[in-house]
Amino acid sequence: MINWGNLISQMFNGLVLGMLLALISSGLTIIYGTLGVLNLAHGAMFMLGGYAGWLAFSYTHSFIAAVVVGSLFVMIVGIVMERVIIRSFYGRPHEDQILVTFGIGIVFVEAVRFAFGSLSKIVPPPEMLNGIVNLGFMFYPKYRLALLVIVAVALLVLYIVLYRTKLGMIVRAGIEDAGMVDALGINVHKVFMLVFGIGAMAAGFSGIVNAPVVAVSPDVGESILVQTFVVVVIGGVGSFPGAILGGLIAGEIISITSMFNPGYAYVMLFAAMTLVLVLRPYGLLGTAGRD
Amino acid sequence: MSLLEVKGLNSYYGDSHILFDVAIEVQPHEVVALLGRNGAGKSTTFKSLMGMVKPRSGSIKFDGHELAGRAPHEIAQVGLQLVPEERRIFGSLDVEENIILAGLTARNKWSLDRIYELFPRLGQRKRSSGTALSGGEQQMLAIARALVRDPKMILLDEPFEGLAPVIVKDLMNACRRLAADGLTIVLVEQNLAATLALASRAYIVNNGHIVHEGRTADIKADPAVLHRYLGV
Repeated sequence: MINWGNLISQMFNGLVLGMLLALISSGLTIIYGTLGVLNLAHGAMFMLGGYAGWLAFSYTHSFIAAVVVGSLFVMIVGIVMERVIIRSFYGRPHEDQILVTFGIGIVFVEAVRFAFGSLSKIVPPPEMLNGIVNLGFMFYPKYRLALLVIVAVALLVLYIVLYRTKLGMIVRAGIEDAGMVDALGINVHKVFMLVFGIGAMAAGFSGIVNAPVVAVSPDVGESILVQTFVVVVIGGVGSFPGAILGGLIAGEIISITSMFNPGYAYVMLFAAMTLVLVLRPYGLLGTAGRD
Repeated sequence: MSLLEVKGLNSYYGDSHILFDVAIEVQPHEVVALLGRNGAGKSTTFKSLMGMVKPRSGSIKFDGHELAGRAPHEIAQVGLQLVPEERRIFGSLDVEENIILAGLTARNKWSLDRIYELFPRLGQRKRSSGTALSGGEQQMLAIARALVRDPKMILLDEPFEGLAPVIVKDLMNACRRLAADGLTIVLVEQNLAATLALASRAYIVNNGHIVHEGRTADIKADPAVLHRYLGV
């Protein structure tokens, strides 16, 4: 017997999770689309954002400071990582790229565990967003509702950067054919560095704004990484609209399945991914373009 | 002084040696053709000049700069521009965005009006996505992307390939106008009649070697050369 109130509340949770996955996946997909590197450290970036934010919060007790520090820190980590390590892997086979980013992810996770322990850290939501709100048909945590808005705004900003700026034009062209962008007088390697930074920042930002919902721990990025990959595959690799659509689908599948039996959430998620791959091998909004 | 002077250029794809000591010289305002059979090394020569294939050895002097070993964006910034055979239009950008993107780092860029005056078709389709264009429109856009950077020299790789005769005529007229305005053009084309009509001088490439050089009028009149290297 379905409890309708419960279902609606789970669908809301799915929407929040979906938007969050959409934002994290956008980061992953623009990095893969432009640079051709599958960043398996993306989940660790999410985790780092949470920890950097938590650290900033424990000193300043300001949630805004936590968000700013969490995002900027991960952006810098991303840029340094691209400059120092990823750069030497562009010409190498995909297996090498996967191994090196996977390794970097492990280093980040274990470094954080070493420094702060395995116990999860709590970042409370800002005072004014604490508590629950009566939506008329249900009661819902105020912060989760705010999170929906925060992430929607972040996605909008990302959309504007990608579709309304010169940088975005270069990134979209670079996703298709980076070599041709280079031949038209644009230093794609500089752009790559920025893209890596922005992509990492999307994960870091998500990591800290999600911290009041799911406490941060060294392993918090692991499941996020898996879900993010599924989102990117469902939506279409390299497609920003695909990441959003895929995120919302994945979020709802996980939330609604969890209502019946959390153990089947991933089963349903992967079943959906398989179905998409059978019907549309390049994802819902992907194209075969990339070489 | 030559605008382009290539000496002893050797290029490889992996371990296979493709270009052997290629030497080419192009004067400012010249229209020069590279002729040769498929796989002779014409496109590889272009890609080597543009830095998209890194030459193993040799020198490429262009307008006082040494280009060998430089990145494509650096080469584009000194005024050399390749219009690739595959056209490589960005499908996720519309026509105008393709042109704007190409002009981003150009010092003296052409105005969009000047581009659309040369190719009115592009002006009519400026909001169409790059993938929605016909072959001829794609070729116009590929050339427009090069021109917007106001290059000193363009390398046209098979610009007429697969296009209807009426479009070829349009494109040839555009090329003639550009040449008359003083743009230096190096051209690779299978359409021998069109090439010989546009270019004043030609190099014949065979198996990665330059085997012949001369005025197109003389090549046209030399059935032995035409037959031996071009199979006509």
